[in-house]
Amino acid sequence: MGEREGDATASDEVDFTDDRVLVAALRRGDEEAFSWLLDRYDASLRRMALGFVSTPAVADEVVQETWLGVIKGIDRFEGRSSLKTWIYRIMMNIARTRGVRESRSVPFASLGGDGSEGEQPAFSPDRFQGGGWTAPPAPWDELPVERLEAKDTLAQVRAALAELPPSQRLVMSMRDLDGATAEEVCDLLEISPGNQRVLLHRARAKVRQRLEDALLGDDVVRADP
Amino acid sequence: MKLWRRRKELHCVEFVELVTDYLEGALPDREVRRIDEHLHACAGCHRVLDQWREVIHLTGMLRDEQVDAIDPEIRADLMAAFRDSRGG
Repeated sequence: MGEREGDATASDEVDFTDDRVLVAALRRGDEEAFSWLLDRYDASLRRMALGFVSTPAVADEVVQETWLGVIKGIDRFEGRSSLKTWIYRIMMNIARTRGVRESRSVPFASLGGDGSEGEQPAFSPDRFQGGGWTAPPAPWDELPVERLEAKDTLAQVRAALAELPPSQRLVMSMRDLDGATAEEVCDLLEISPGNQRVLLHRARAKVRQRLEDALLGDDVVRADP
Repeated sequence: MKLWRRRKELHCVEFVELVTDYLEGALPDREVRRIDEHLHACAGCHRVLDQWREVIHLTGMLRDEQVDAIDPEIRADLMAAFRDSRGG
């Protein structure tokens, strides 16, 4: 990627996925650039903000404030991170302040450890003997797809996510719900790749266990009368 | 985790703590091969892997239901704020 060629006035030819192009367009007041930014990140920002504050309404406010911060701050953006990361950091700072007020902020101090202190293993130890399974998980794929993807199953996933410790919930939401990469999560939360994986693993393990209880608890596991 | 470097056979109880690392591609080739071999022979652990993927899939399905599209009025306000900041 050397110097830019030609002039990029015809907006439909402009590649806003290139941060330099996007930032330059924003700085000269290109409304299409800002509109593109809203389309691309607004929903994702609000989803993530939900991890810090208690209601969608507050999350919406946090994100509106974020966009105003972007408008105000774009001239000061130095390009040391991607524009996306910069925007998400603004959101996180605002959300954290709000979260503290609501006393629901993610305890970032706890992100420093490896996240596994005092944690249960992914499967209860009494499901193994001599390192091998005595009670392997029962299959889900014998359940009809409709049951697996039914509203109440998704409600279980949502409830399981909500019950996770905040740091695990945040990492799992970013990765599995929002589709962020491991790198982006580490970058934003300032945690190590190993720590990110531990938090993700713990979170997924708990969601899986809850699904197992919900899907199979009543009719499959208990074969005996 | 040094234990399983010396041991040859991977145990189910170890695998269940490695699923995410495995899916993330965070393990050295040698360990990946050990896990692949184990998965081949162990239906229980294979099921764990399937269920991990299912959990990821189902979580992803929440994406669309969690937030609505941006409110048109808020969008208009933000566009106006952008315009003002640049024009003024």
